[in-house]
Amino acid sequence: MAAPLALLLIVAVTIRAALFRTSLANLISERVEVVSPLNAWKRVVEGLALLDLDISPYSGDVFHETPMVIYLFHFLMDYAEITFMLADCLTAVALYLAVKDYNKQVFRKQKFALEADRIPMDCLELIRSPTEMYYIPLKVAMFYLLNPFTIVSCVAKCTCGCLIYGSALLSAIFLALATYQSIYPLTLCVPALLYLLQRLYIPVNVRRSSFWFYTLQYLFMFLGSLLVLICLSFFLLGSWDFLPAVYGFILSVPDLTPNIGLFWYFFAEMFDHFRLFFLCVFQINVFFYTLPLSIKLKEHPVFLIFMQIALIAIFKSYPTVGDLSLYMAFLPVWNHLYRFLRNIFLVSCVLLACSALFPVLWHLWIYAGSANSNFYYAITLLFSVAQILLVSDYFYAFLRREHHLTNGLYLKKKDGSEATLVLK
Amino acid sequence: MAARRCLGLWFFLITLCVVSTGADVLHTTPVTGTESSAAGTETVVARELPEAPSDPGEHTAAEPTREGEQNDRTRGGEQTLGQPTREEEQEQEKTREGEQTPAQPTREEEEEEEEQEQTRGEEEFTREEEEEELTREEEELTTEEEELTREEEEQTREEEELTTEEEELTTEEEELTREEEEQTREEEEEQQTTAQQEEQTKRWEATELEEEHVHDAAVPPLAGDPPAADPPSPPPSKDDFQEELVIRPLHSGDIYASFQFRTVWDADFMGDQKVSHYRLFPKSLGQVITKFSVRELHISFTQGYWRTMQWGQPYLPSPPGAELWVWFQDTVTDVDGTWKELTNVLSGIFCASLNFIDSTNTVQPSASFKPLGIGNVTDHSFLRYATLPREIVCTENLTPWKKLLPCGSKAGLSVLLKSEKLFHSTFHSQAVHVRPVCQDPQCRTTSMELRQTLNVVFDLHTSGQGKREWSLFKMFSRTLTEACPLASSSKVYVDVTDNPQGEQFELSPATPLLTQAVVLGDRRTYSVYDLTQQASFGSSRSLNMLLRWKNSHNNVVPPVMLRPLLHSERYVAGYGLQAGEIHTLIYNHHPYRAFPVLLLSAVPWYLRLYIHTLTVSSKGKDNRPSYIHYQPSKDRERPHLLEMLLQLPPNSVTEVTVEFERALLKWTEYTPDPNHGFYVGSSVISALVPSVVAMDTNSTLDRPLFSSFFPCKEEASYFMRVYTEPLLVNLPTPDFSMPYNVICLTCTVVAVGYGSLYNLLTRTFQVDEPSPGLAKRIANVIRRFRGVPLL
Repeated sequence: MAAPLALLLIVAVTIRAALFRTSLANLISERVEVVSPLNAWKRVVEGLALLDLDISPYSGDVFHETPMVIYLFHFLMDYAEITFMLADCLTAVALYLAVKDYNKQVFRKQKFALEADRIPMDCLELIRSPTEMYYIPLKVAMFYLLNPFTIVSCVAKCTCGCLIYGSALLSAIFLALATYQSIYPLTLCVPALLYLLQRLYIPVNVRRSSFWFYTLQYLFMFLGSLLVLICLSFFLLGSWDFLPAVYGFILSVPDLTPNIGLFWYFFAEMFDHFRLFFLCVFQINVFFYTLPLSIKLKEHPVFLIFMQIALIAIFKSYPTVGDLSLYMAFLPVWNHLYRFLRNIFLVSCVLLACSALFPVLWHLWIYAGSANSNFYYAITLLFSVAQILLVSDYFYAFLRREHHLTNGLYLKKKDGSEATLVLK
Repeated sequence: MAARRCLGLWFFLITLCVVSTGADVLHTTPVTGTESSAAGTETVVARELPEAPSDPGEHTAAEPTREGEQNDRTRGGEQTLGQPTREEEQEQEKTREGEQTPAQPTREEEEEEEEQEQTRGEEEFTREEEEEELTREEEELTTEEEELTREEEEQTREEEELTTEEEELTTEEEELTREEEEQTREEEEEQQTTAQQEEQTKRWEATELEEEHVHDAAVPPLAGDPPAADPPSPPPSKDDFQEELVIRPLHSGDIYASFQFRTVWDADFMGDQKVSHYRLFPKSLGQVITKFSVRELHISFTQGYWRTMQWGQPYLPSPPGAELWVWFQDTVTDVDGTWKELTNVLSGIFCASLNFIDSTNTVQPSASFKPLGIGNVTDHSFLRYATLPREIVCTENLTPWKKLLPCGSKAGLSVLLKSEKLFHSTFHSQAVHVRPVCQDPQCRTTSMELRQTLNVVFDLHTSGQGKREWSLFKMFSRTLTEACPLASSSKVYVDVTDNPQGEQFELSPATPLLTQAVVLGDRRTYSVYDLTQQASFGSSRSLNMLLRWKNSHNNVVPPVMLRPLLHSERYVAGYGLQAGEIHTLIYNHHPYRAFPVLLLSAVPWYLRLYIHTLTVSSKGKDNRPSYIHYQPSKDRERPHLLEMLLQLPPNSVTEVTVEFERALLKWTEYTPDPNHGFYVGSSVISALVPSVVAMDTNSTLDRPLFSSFFPCKEEASYFMRVYTEPLLVNLPTPDFSMPYNVICLTCTVVAVGYGSLYNLLTRTFQVDEPSPGLAKRIANVIRRFRGVPLL
């Protein structure tokens, strides 16, 4: 398994290195779909230039990265390309290992279920075989590394966060790091906790002290590392300026530069006196799904993670295609859900068409002047709808498979005829 | 002879001060600043010549040969007349201005005392009289110089070149100036009384100019702004008003008219007791200054852009639109709050949109704007600068501006200010400058100076059917009938530099008075009309200056204008509405000298500047600014401020480029005409420019050889401010017609997401037991009725 992975990494790095050398790199790094005010490389360079002029990068409204990033790139400025390629590779490897680990667990659980005869007999075709699961981790890594969205993000030197799941402490630290980068990964705290609990065979039961003990321990680690990070930034910078500049900027959405999300045009056209209200609604919307999803999916933390990442990517204030690529990397993990997906064809067509139309309509609006903002806005709307359909479709398929696994695949009506499943 | 030596020594001292302060100077002395000793010498020599009787016939024809004689005669005449003339003049003044009468008897004595004190108590009164001729020349030197010196100080402070020593000299010099000014005023008035004689004298001055460039000068145009001409005598009138108009035919065929009205008041606005009795100073402004603790206030409204390459330098530059900069007293605690209130009040006073000045277009320049009045303030947290490039200037701004004048628009030069003509011009600029100036030579107390200026450029060439003729009536549709009765001086200057022998054009009525001044580094000659003299108005009781070009064929090739040494251009490069580049080109046309400039640009926040893309290059090489002050913008809070000190290599173009990104604004933040674009205010270039006078290397011909060996650096530069064009930048716009649609559609998408997830979260899968359709049910009812088995 190591050889194909190595080969994949080499191919991915080659593609990226080749793109960095072409003039496309500049073009890509200007694309609004790829970069957001939050993570544009140009703004990182600007922040460094401001540091050189002895001006706090947060005194202006151009730089919104966290202080750690700027000091990191302060030293890695000349190796920025390598850093980004390395980050991509590391993420891919991490995903590879995490999915491999997850597969093992799934297989073990399935074995237990089979041995306990908990699976209805007609559901055998739903059982996953090791051979088909064998290549999933590689596919995940491939999906991540060779996804055009990831590639352009890397070429644009987008600074998106990555996640890893290993030991409790490590996961807490990485999660804190991700949260520190942009607040939204905060919601991933719950699935991570659930996953770890599952690994340790601690049942999610509010009456059990071991559950509470572990939860508190994990939260303590998470919050502790977050605090350490923030304090470290404070000591690096010497002021708290970065808090409003980074988190205030994410939450209050002052920069209305077009992107693939829902926020920019909505708040450009919003009436001033309703602005705060809708801002609250939209931001709460991102965090809102965590609790019900966690309850519903408490047995399936990895699917919960997928859902969370996808919802964040859709509903966050400054989304980019980099966020998209991260949750899309998980799609191969769910390829056993394929038979239950209802409109995957439509959704994939819409996604592809939108990806092609983004640059076209952008050009028409901004450069040719023959279209107006509504054109681009329409595409972002459609893109968001397609993503929502994709996510909800996967969610539906997942729930349906779970239902079949307990109730049998071929359901009969009372009169013995073939029944159809509906949500009620 | 001893007296003469004293005089020589005294004069040497003065000129030494002049030289050492290194200011650019009005070259009204017989020789330039370096040739101080020559000045003294020449005077002495001249006086030794025998007196000649005055010849009334002389003044019509200028005779180059008679300079020395005439010089001497005048001086001699003055010497002999000395005392009586002054009394006569005082009497005249008495009749003219009733207010001054009580002070008159003591005036002479006091002055004498003061002067004796000033001149280290050595000189006798007669010597003083002798000096007058010389000191008059010095007046201009020092006054303009003073201003420039201060400016230069600022500049050099940046470069850390100027020592405090020089500053001391400047203040010393200021004192001297004050003293000289007093003398000078009397001198002028004296001249007026002896009109005939004077005419001859002046005429002679002119001819001398032509011949030797050694000349006496009268009053300079106020362009170089003399700091403080105190009221003639120490106690009597606390305020003083002067008005003047300078008319300059421009090389493009346009006419440039520049009005200046100056009110000086000895009131202490910052003192404890409230100033409540206003005479000449406008009460509305005085109250504002007191209320908001304003140290200096400069406000200008401009319509049109000053074309430096066609018109040369203006006397007082101003950017298109409105510009306001204010230095507050250091007692002000909440500067921003005060500034906000002040702009709102000024908005009311001037009927302008100054209330649109808020934190998003206000900056605090660190180096470019220094106080122009006295006071050495360096803490720029008390300075606020804002421009409104979009401000349209029109009649409603002119009327309140005129109301600030003591004579309103009833008398004096201000009768010419009729809006129907003023705004029918290619360039119009009106300004108000308030600043503290020294009240007495020791500068113990300060007075407030209010200077109202109005500059206008008429395009008479095209509107006059191609005839390059102008007259006051043609320009303003009014003629002058009297001076403002409240004015202590009221003069009209016409720039006749290009017409030294009268071969180009003819000015009627001809004026015998000529004066010369170095304005903005260039030596200019002016014809002077003194409106306080009834003689100026002639028999028709009205003055309508008329300039007729001699060459009737109208193909007069205007003399080649000296290329302005510094000028600049600015434009936006790039296409599309996403990003762009601001290019600023700064030209140094000086053939061999490099000079530093301070470039200030304030860019609104919605053009996000990327300072790391800043490049400065001249002659294809990278030209690193030696000083950069950059303040990044805050969205909806404050603009970008970029200030830098650049060294312009000789004869070069320096290009400053910086990239920016256009922001998408909220739909309510756009102007009513969003696709017109957004204005970015002019960049300000402040520079110490080498003087044109110092530029001609061959000028040794006109000077004594001993005076001109070393290139004189001090006199060689003058302060100049150049404003670039404002920019018009398009921003991407949302569709303004569909906020409801956008809100609905986006909310729908969010609801779709929420709804589908809610659906999946709350519902469970169940086997569908479909209820039979309507048709089936109806069929079943029928079947039951018929007794047939149900479907």
